[in-house]
Amino acid sequence: MTMKDLSYSAVMGRKNDIIKDAMGVDYRRYEREGIIFDYEAMMADCGYTLEDHIRVQRSVNVGNTPVFELHNLTALARKLAGPGKGARIFIKDEASNPAGSFKERRAAASVYHAKKLGYKGVIAATSGNYGAAVASQAAMQGLKCIIVQECYDSHAKGQPEIIEKARKCEALGAEVLQLSVGPELFYEVLLLLEETGYFNASLYSAFGVSGIETLGWELGHQFLEKYGRHPDAVVCANAGGGNLTGTARGLIKAGCPAKVIGAAVDLSGLHMASDDAFNRKSFTTAHTGFGVPYATNPDHSDVPRSAARPLRYMDRFVTVKQGEVFYITEALATLEGMEKGPAGNTSLTAAFALAQQMGEDEIIVAQETEYTGAGKGINPQLSFARQNGIELKFGNPDEEIAGKNIIFPAEPGLLKARDLDMDELRRKFIRRATKGLDRALSPEEIAFLAEETRSTADFVAKCLEK
Amino acid sequence: MAKKGDWVRIHRVILQADERTANLPEDTQKVPFEMWVKGHLLSDGEIGDEVEIKTVSGRKEHGTLIEVNPQFDVNFGSFVPEILEMDVRQRTALFGKEAE
Repeated sequence: MTMKDLSYSAVMGRKNDIIKDAMGVDYRRYEREGIIFDYEAMMADCGYTLEDHIRVQRSVNVGNTPVFELHNLTALARKLAGPGKGARIFIKDEASNPAGSFKERRAAASVYHAKKLGYKGVIAATSGNYGAAVASQAAMQGLKCIIVQECYDSHAKGQPEIIEKARKCEALGAEVLQLSVGPELFYEVLLLLEETGYFNASLYSAFGVSGIETLGWELGHQFLEKYGRHPDAVVCANAGGGNLTGTARGLIKAGCPAKVIGAAVDLSGLHMASDDAFNRKSFTTAHTGFGVPYATNPDHSDVPRSAARPLRYMDRFVTVKQGEVFYITEALATLEGMEKGPAGNTSLTAAFALAQQMGEDEIIVAQETEYTGAGKGINPQLSFARQNGIELKFGNPDEEIAGKNIIFPAEPGLLKARDLDMDELRRKFIRRATKGLDRALSPEEIAFLAEETRSTADFVAKCLEK
Repeated sequence: MAKKGDWVRIHRVILQADERTANLPEDTQKVPFEMWVKGHLLSDGEIGDEVEIKTVSGRKEHGTLIEVNPQFDVNFGSFVPEILEMDVRQRTALFGKEAE
């Protein structure tokens, strides 16, 4: 037997075959003419309908999480809003899932499917709550589990939030492999997949993303049953795009017409692959460093075609500042009596600002919360920021510069949701999808791009002219 | 001295700086790509030795022995007075001065 070439270029060159063996999915099946691929065929082919996901999730204690009305935050928003303004603010308490986040909806079907296909274990590349979710599901369903984290800078200094997640993964029986900063994480994951023959529980698979449809579906039904009406807006933290994509698809399947709004923490100016910047940020997920590139170029993950395609579903995409999310995290504790992890409150922060633009007879939902603990909470994360030379102060969050300071709103009225230009995101997507293409697009390709960006053939054509 | 079977943590450089992918920011390009993992030691060794371990998933890994009985040291951080200040401001904003 010849030894396999384990060099970076050789392993990356085998990516498609490794992924095919590690997921049982041949992504080439969905490629069509030119730049087109059949998204809905890929989603349908995963073999799990919404009803299947509900059944699998119920069997492993995932989902059916409660919805809470936040009376005091609503009252505060109404004090700040004009007369007749200030929507009722709700959260969906996803922290009450077994491992503490909505990510278990994503993990359940992946682990279930891996077991059904006879894989002995699962591997997931994640520094976030998804690690604990996969570890929990693997424990419950009796598979082995390896979680691969980007965790340390070159001085071996780790992000406390990520180290806490490593602790949780180990507590749930997983092996945790920790790495220094860099996109070569995917190289290491490919090596591990080849070595172990385990299933790639990718965040971006159709199994995972369609698993989140249950969240949107529950929202649609819970509000009808409890309040006799649909919510008007649902805010989803948008990083890799799966949360928003899955939730929006579930809302559609529940017949819920709510607007779907993406929210991300503004980390502009910090390079996500920078060793030096790694510990100068206080959010390791739900931020624009993932949210913008994954929205405009979804297919640069650990699968050839990502099931997370947020531009297909997003009505608006807003950003909030780090200081604002910490502020709302504290308000959730001090005004609502609920202590939850900061990153999971990104959508609530945006919802607090957006509620003030809506009528008081309307309903806005932040569709998640996450668990909190040592290393992963407002105090440990702010304490770590200060240790790393980040200035903490009260003021106007508009002046916050990621990596330099964290500005808590001096008054709640200074907290804002800042719209990103959706058309600019669409243009970026279209430019990226047609990069290096030296020919005119067919009408079918133009229609495909319009679908991918939720725009029109005219919009795509105009963008291509430039 | 760590004994065979002890629970340990090892470290290994996976890619030297010059073996890393292109298109990295300059600061990242200058440093190696590193890995840390835990497992049971497969033979006796000292801190700093090249050793082999078996991880909880049953894999064998090799690297430099850096810690025996590794522990997590994440905690709740040191006191951040701004958090208390936020509480006061938020209560006042909602309930008025009497909340102070």
